[in-house]
Amino acid sequence: MDPHLLRQLNAARRDRRAAIMLTDLGDGRNRLVMKGDPVAGDLGAAIGKAFLSVRSSVVEADGRRFFLNVHVPSPRMVIIGAVHISQALAPMAQMAGFDVKVIDPRTAFATDERFSGVDLVADWPEDALKERPLDAFTALVAVTHDPKIDDWPLTTALHAGAFYVGALGSRKTHAKRVERFTEAGLGPDQIARIAAPIGLDIGAQSPAEIAVAILAQVIAALRKPADLSEQPSAR
Amino acid sequence: MTAPVPGQISEDQLDPLMVAERWMLDGREVAVATVIETWGSAPRPAGSHLVIDANGNFSGSVSGGCVEGAVIAEAADVIASGEAKMLDFGVADETAWQVGLSCGGRIQVYLERLG
Repeated sequence: MDPHLLRQLNAARRDRRAAIMLTDLGDGRNRLVMKGDPVAGDLGAAIGKAFLSVRSSVVEADGRRFFLNVHVPSPRMVIIGAVHISQALAPMAQMAGFDVKVIDPRTAFATDERFSGVDLVADWPEDALKERPLDAFTALVAVTHDPKIDDWPLTTALHAGAFYVGALGSRKTHAKRVERFTEAGLGPDQIARIAAPIGLDIGAQSPAEIAVAILAQVIAALRKPADLSEQPSAR
Repeated sequence: MTAPVPGQISEDQLDPLMVAERWMLDGREVAVATVIETWGSAPRPAGSHLVIDANGNFSGSVSGGCVEGAVIAEAADVIASGEAKMLDFGVADETAWQVGLSCGGRIQVYLERLG
């Protein structure tokens, strides 16, 4: 593998850009193709397909065998609330390959000491998400219990088609949330996309256990999107 | 990169290509193994990496721990010669390899030197 191309590939991955590392299995030569780069012929068509399917595979093109290793940005998880659950959830989600950001305007909660090694923003979600808005590749996890902080990112995530939207709170808290969101003009189908009570029903009690329940539900939404509505919720 | 937290494995430690780059910058010689094809039940999909240095330190995986030992053993050769190798692993009895995949699948691994 070409060391120079490895560094370029890793730089692209850090910048959240999609890339394919191409290896000619005949002579071992590499080529790094960024999404959008024009590549001619059969190989170009195979590269286009690989970017769409996000599947790494061997392809035969122009009389040669190539391995196409597809690298796409990892899914994001935006956690609203620098609370105890988030202290467990953020590192767990990072280990599972998510690009994690924790947002909380309450500076007593959002301290580096509590969130070492985590991208933490002590600001309102409206401001913290300005540069990189929520998108379909984002899971939004709202765990402050406070409508002043949670409501805006929740409705914004629904509008943005985030692949997972979950909110902490009892059934009563959620019923009030549904009322507010209905008044704000969201349809029942949209509101039903909110996982509430948040997390899979595994009887989780401690903050770390609840974090496992949430992370498992987020992974299910990512890998088995059609099944989400059938999954039992807990919290 | 963030400061390591005791008892916690950082993201970069789990990402074999990031590890390979760091090792390379440290002046270590590195081999990169990549799953390029799988048949049947295989624990790791095509594109998965295992990286190995000249002392046998490794990061990542190409199976569920079944064939890593054999790949690591081959890596020294590949690092010394610079010649890439194609390794096939299947059910233990059916291949020349001493190790196999207990899950009954088959994988092909491309092993190459970095640089």
